[in-house]
Amino acid sequence: MAEVNLSNYTLNFGPQHPAAHGVLRLVLELDGEVVERTDPHIGLLHRGTEKLIEHKTYMQSIPYFDRLDYSSPMNQEHAFVLAIEKLLGCEVPKRAQYLRVLFSEIGRLQNHILGITTGALDVGALTPSLWGFEDREELMCFYERISGARMHTAYFRPGGVHRDIPPDLIEDIYKFCESFPETVANIESLLTDNRIFKQRTVDIGIVSAEQALDWGFSGVMLRGSGIAWDLRRSQPYEVYSELDFDIPIGKHGDCYDRYLCRMEEMLQSVNIMKQCLDQLPGGPVRSIDNKITPPRRNEMKNSMEALIHHFKLYTEGLHVPEGEVYAAIEAPKGEFGVYLVSDGGNRPYRCKIRAPGFSHLQAMDPMMKGHMLGDTPAIIATLDVVFGEVDR
Amino acid sequence: MDETLNEFGEYIATALSHEVTGFTIANEELTVHGRADQIIKILSFLRDDSACHFKVLIDLCGVDYPDRPRRFDVVYHLLSLRHNQRIRVKVEADDETPIPSVCEVYTSAGWHEREAWDMFGILFAGNADLRRILTDYGFEGHPLRKDFPLTGFVEVRYDDELKRVAYEPVSLTQEFRRFDFMSPWEGAKYILPGDDKAADNESDGSITDGKD
Repeated sequence: MAEVNLSNYTLNFGPQHPAAHGVLRLVLELDGEVVERTDPHIGLLHRGTEKLIEHKTYMQSIPYFDRLDYSSPMNQEHAFVLAIEKLLGCEVPKRAQYLRVLFSEIGRLQNHILGITTGALDVGALTPSLWGFEDREELMCFYERISGARMHTAYFRPGGVHRDIPPDLIEDIYKFCESFPETVANIESLLTDNRIFKQRTVDIGIVSAEQALDWGFSGVMLRGSGIAWDLRRSQPYEVYSELDFDIPIGKHGDCYDRYLCRMEEMLQSVNIMKQCLDQLPGGPVRSIDNKITPPRRNEMKNSMEALIHHFKLYTEGLHVPEGEVYAAIEAPKGEFGVYLVSDGGNRPYRCKIRAPGFSHLQAMDPMMKGHMLGDTPAIIATLDVVFGEVDR
Repeated sequence: MDETLNEFGEYIATALSHEVTGFTIANEELTVHGRADQIIKILSFLRDDSACHFKVLIDLCGVDYPDRPRRFDVVYHLLSLRHNQRIRVKVEADDETPIPSVCEVYTSAGWHEREAWDMFGILFAGNADLRRILTDYGFEGHPLRKDFPLTGFVEVRYDDELKRVAYEPVSLTQEFRRFDFMSPWEGAKYILPGDDKAADNESDGSITDGKD
């Protein structure tokens, strides 16, 4: 019998695939329908954010962070302003800290609604996305009402936040917090015990705790594997140390456990939001140091000094003392960090953005190995990658 | 806080006396400066030693200082979950001598090293897959170097006749403008027009207050 020469089949997945969550190009090497090797090609959305930031003032750089992970823009800004504040050594008023936590948690909800429901869509469930996006829309309206923009908010500023929260918005967010757990329950009723959903996610993409650390995982990807690690708890920033919340962790490290973690995290976020609204103290929402934050407009009409400060801040920008700093926050996707090097000027000398998705996507190859082609979308969805932040 | 960091820095510096050249503490963060050729040993120690236990490589990136003879800093950010501690390790590199890849210590270093190669042109010996990662297929140059212009060298457009994307040299109607905000009263390096006269007079000893 003649020897048959069998060769593996190479398949291009993306970059224009609806389940690729953006512009991911995967080169898959298949043996039949089993994936042998995965080679993710990224960078199709590379915009040179880090280079651009080096040429902009600190204030002008903030909007670039909205455009990284566009499903939770304010969380990104948060890491950047924390880095600046750490170098400046400036105090943030309590009210601003609560507002930052409030809107970070809204960002977490937005991100998880998007991640879970489109993940469910990828494995065949359409309805969760229709239900989830209705509430997500409402959250974006909150963003719009506080900052004027639904996505690219630029709301967090060094020294505080841009504007105070209007009283009716507090009420509306509270109403939302009351009603949102029902949406979570509805989505859960569709997915959690769903036979098809479980077949597609249980025991798919298992990551052990040891592997998760070695691959540089963070956030839900780490907690899904049973490691209790959350920067909000272990290295608390802003007022997280004063708030009461639980951190769900998974057991098996598969896609299903990570889904369950994200669901529970949403309920915890609602909990945090309620606490923020209840405890919201009075006072200013940004630092009174006019070398860092611009003065109010009516002050500018009466005070020469305020006018000068305003002019200097919006042309030259603020100067950050020489030094280097790493600030990290618990973004919905994992640890989002900013490594900021300042040479004492009005522009960052170097701003390295540590995106959680970058490390997560790198583990695509070992996670995919031995799985069927059809599991690819489920694993991409559980990694929760957004290419704005992976490609930067 | 700074005292414990100082103690910890001393501990690392003594244990790795040959590999580590020093440490600094700033902004409540510990930075260890190491020798580039010993980076594998440094990181292995930091990962495995029971007092360190830095199991996660958070980030690896380059920083460019074009005025230095060894122009790049390669910066490793590590995290220890057990001790709830972060550390930064810095080594110097240039664009010719490769520094050892740390893929064998942390698997996740692979892509980060690819990125540092792509963005800065830092070579990593032992990285099996040192391809470009973020830039376009067939890209030339290393964009995050300080001498790489912000506007780049080529731009793309879809060519309807060729039926493909065509690369062309960048043409801008206006150059990218860089404003100089350095206050002349706060140590600008250049001489303001007119100031040179003051300096000439000063040597005569005739002008003392500097007001003309």
